[in-house]
Amino acid sequence: MAEGEVIVGLEVHCQLDTKSKLFCGCSTDYRSDGPNTHVCPICLGLPGAMPVLNKRAIEYAMRVAKALNCAVLHESEFSRKNYFYPDLDKAYQITQYDKPLAEGGYLEIEGDEGGEKRVRLTRIHVEEDPGRLVHMGNAERGRYSLVDYNRAGIPLIEIVSEPDMRSPREARKFLNKLRATLEYLSVFDSDKEGSLRVDANISIKGSERVEVKNITSYKGVEKALTFEITRQKNMLRRGQRVERETRHFLEARGITQSARSKEQEHDYRYFPEPDLRPLRVGSWVDGIVLPELPDARRERFMAQYGCSLNHARTLTGELKLANFFEKVVAPDPKGLSALAATWIADTLIGELNYRDMGLDAVDPGSFTMLVRLLKAGTITDKSGVEVLRVILDQRLRHETPEKPAEIVARLNLARTGGDTGAITAAIEEAINENPKALEDYRAGKAGALNFLVGQVMKKTRGRADPAELNRQLAEAIRKRGA
Amino acid sequence: MVTEKDVQHIAELADVGISSGELGTFTHQFNEILEYFDTLDTVKGDAAPARDLYNVMREDETEPSLPREEVLRNAAAQEDGFIRAPRVM
Amino acid sequence: MTETSIVFEPEDRYHAFLTVCDRPVHAGGKLAGVTVAVKDNISTRGIETTCASKILRGYVPPYDAHVVELLRHAGAAIAGKTNMDEFGMGTTTENSAFGPTLNPRDTGRVPGGSSGGSAAAIAGGMVRMALGTDTGGSIRCPAAFCGIVGLKPSYGRVSRYGLIAYANSLEQIGPMGKTVTDVSTLMQVIAGYDRHDSTSHNKPYTHTPCVDIKGLKIGIPDEYFGEGVDPSVAAVVRKAIGRLEELGATTVPCSIPSMAYALAAYYVTCTCEASSNLARFDGVRYGPAADIKKPWHEAFQEVRRAGFGTEVRRRIMLGTFALSSGYYGKYYAKAQVARENVRKDFRRIFADVDVIAGPTMPTIAFRLGEKSDPLSMYLADILTVPANLAGIPAISVPCGTAAGMPVGLQIMGRHLEDERVVDVAYAYEQAVV
Repeated sequence: MAEGEVIVGLEVHCQLDTKSKLFCGCSTDYRSDGPNTHVCPICLGLPGAMPVLNKRAIEYAMRVAKALNCAVLHESEFSRKNYFYPDLDKAYQITQYDKPLAEGGYLEIEGDEGGEKRVRLTRIHVEEDPGRLVHMGNAERGRYSLVDYNRAGIPLIEIVSEPDMRSPREARKFLNKLRATLEYLSVFDSDKEGSLRVDANISIKGSERVEVKNITSYKGVEKALTFEITRQKNMLRRGQRVERETRHFLEARGITQSARSKEQEHDYRYFPEPDLRPLRVGSWVDGIVLPELPDARRERFMAQYGCSLNHARTLTGELKLANFFEKVVAPDPKGLSALAATWIADTLIGELNYRDMGLDAVDPGSFTMLVRLLKAGTITDKSGVEVLRVILDQRLRHETPEKPAEIVARLNLARTGGDTGAITAAIEEAINENPKALEDYRAGKAGALNFLVGQVMKKTRGRADPAELNRQLAEAIRKRGA
Repeated sequence: MVTEKDVQHIAELADVGISSGELGTFTHQFNEILEYFDTLDTVKGDAAPARDLYNVMREDETEPSLPREEVLRNAAAQEDGFIRAPRVM
Repeated sequence: MTETSIVFEPEDRYHAFLTVCDRPVHAGGKLAGVTVAVKDNISTRGIETTCASKILRGYVPPYDAHVVELLRHAGAAIAGKTNMDEFGMGTTTENSAFGPTLNPRDTGRVPGGSSGGSAAAIAGGMVRMALGTDTGGSIRCPAAFCGIVGLKPSYGRVSRYGLIAYANSLEQIGPMGKTVTDVSTLMQVIAGYDRHDSTSHNKPYTHTPCVDIKGLKIGIPDEYFGEGVDPSVAAVVRKAIGRLEELGATTVPCSIPSMAYALAAYYVTCTCEASSNLARFDGVRYGPAADIKKPWHEAFQEVRRAGFGTEVRRRIMLGTFALSSGYYGKYYAKAQVARENVRKDFRRIFADVDVIAGPTMPTIAFRLGEKSDPLSMYLADILTVPANLAGIPAISVPCGTAAGMPVGLQIMGRHLEDERVVDVAYAYEQAVV
């Protein structure tokens, strides 16, 4: 490891997608309901209430442990982590401390230096989520907090990595790969707001380690790490010492800020949870059948559909995307795969991101139709993009999107392959209107032909094929003679 | 043994207030009791063995939650369905 | 189920009750029409539940403890909530935030604790049956001091769901009554599996007490008759054991060396667990309000200083200290080793005998105000804590008097053999009736 090298470790908390909470029967589907409507004596922390462990949460966590190649402990147990905070209604969190569910394991990511890199894991354990705090008031009227316990008791899986990452980019890749793996295992729904939280540990080799808490988005991780690394490197350059501390990430401002020093002195006074019994679930491992995971699916996309490594990586990077691709090409895999892969990976994703839309906005059948139109040459690439944008914008306006064929007809986007008259006319017009371009072309100036092609495209509303036009224009000019 | 300062620190860690008037007596009694606890120093034996029940779990089924009025009934203050609490810095 | 209500207007001269339900409803069932008092650390829906603490004043649980549901299904009439040492911490009921309970046998003396209210309600003739809880002797001590019967069930035999926790790994809800039959009947109703309690065993109690103890082998531990036990109390208990021998049992001397650590192991364990269990009382969701205008930690400390009594604060601090960084190995971990040694000693003894007998308490009931020093109070639990540490069943049955005050005979048995300890107590009771 070189001096000044960046060292990053991550602690990732993901909500497990069970129907009921970790220790009680309250429904986990709380996001569209009002505060404190998914609460019972157990998750509210009423005196006398007792936890009972949700078996599915452990099954899900075991799936993750197996998929990430961890060693499941012979006996694991739950412990109390004691601290006072309004959103922690028992004043302790039931978590796992010295006897977690599983240890070791690894996740392979695309390394900065190219090729696959193995990020080792320290451990995996299960714990409950606390409630949610909203800060209210102001300096004049007095500040106070409002608490909603709907989230209290939601099952979390915590995955701790070794400090094996060397850049914000690698951290982002780790997180993406982890998220995808959990989605493929059907234990996690990444669309749910707040379902994933990250704490990062960053140091520059030779200096102290800083913990950055409260990162709640994928983009946030790269931002937070980039800021923090810059901050630390600047300090070192100025000859200052980097303090070992905990900092919070303020997403809106893109900065990390030192947390109150009181937090660092937390003595959690861990001891085994006396109301729960230990787990001996090592024997479950053999019975767990893993579904096809991202890496295997990537290999299959390359073998079965002929996708390039990059396309395969992109397409299998999210479960929904991979499923979408396979649905789109299903009617004719051999015929549609090549084009579909390009159009989904290189165009669709970008258009969706730009509009902050999810894949649910696109009907696979419609997309298949679009790909077929493109393959048949009925429309040009440019028209294809236009059709796609029309569909997405219609969705944004909450209208039922038209089918691609309908849009092509309505906007008259069909390539005028047979209608040479219109194109010939447009070509003649373009040449007549731009005598200077004609001169430049004859003088051998590069770009003159492209300029004319552009003029014709404008006139034919992009229906003509640029490559074809090049040929046709050159021909038309040649025909004019000297 | 523990000093009054230690006892003050423990009281803060535990978030139980003790007044300055109580501090002296508390510390004295604390030390007496801790001395008694020290008999454990000479305990010999293995760590507590396996407990008698394992893998006590329930199926992932939902059950009705409390009606919100019940949740809020014992709370000192509430606002729009949330429970009010003193501010955290 | 048709419900009727009865009138319950006890003349409570002993301050046994904190809340009286003067028109309790009851229905058909095993306890049809029977008034049962419930210790105030057991959650009762719609009835204020305070654990005799100011920090829970006004708290009305929105749910019933599992055992309370069972009582209602059996047709019992919940007579009211009884006084106790605050959060179960004490041996005399003098630690109640709402004033002590008096011993009906001598109102200048304590009724024992922490289930003193339940014991006084029975001894004072107000009810025949009551629920108590026993963490380190809190059912058996008041049973002995007041001259009634009290059973601490095997750990896990009675659901703790709804019991406001003091020390989860030690405590049990248990039946208290005028006679062994009362206790056994109540046990039939409350014992059994509860899916809401992960430490619950699946062993219902369907027993009717039986007097035949011929051939029974009774262990007599040296430590239960040694120094620290009042000679007059020891003498009364020895006489009672002699009666058991007349009924056909044989006695075998034995020794429990691990008792040297039992009390320390008990107090370390219970204070550690309590420090965590009581941390939730913050005046936000229940109890007297926290001052919203102050910042969190300040408001929190204020609520707790005002709401918790001295003994409770002391135990919270002891437990916080014992669990704090660096001390876990010295205290809590060592205490669990000591517990295992106690279990081992009992297993060894129970290989040769069926039950163990001795005094329940080392003395008769103290005078009110007599025990002011915490440590000397803790030492009074020495004969009762071993059963809690090991999770074994233990019953106290009245066996005579010393200096005019009741003395209790304690019978302990193997884990889940509650029926047998009930039988031994029954055999003695019926023999002297």
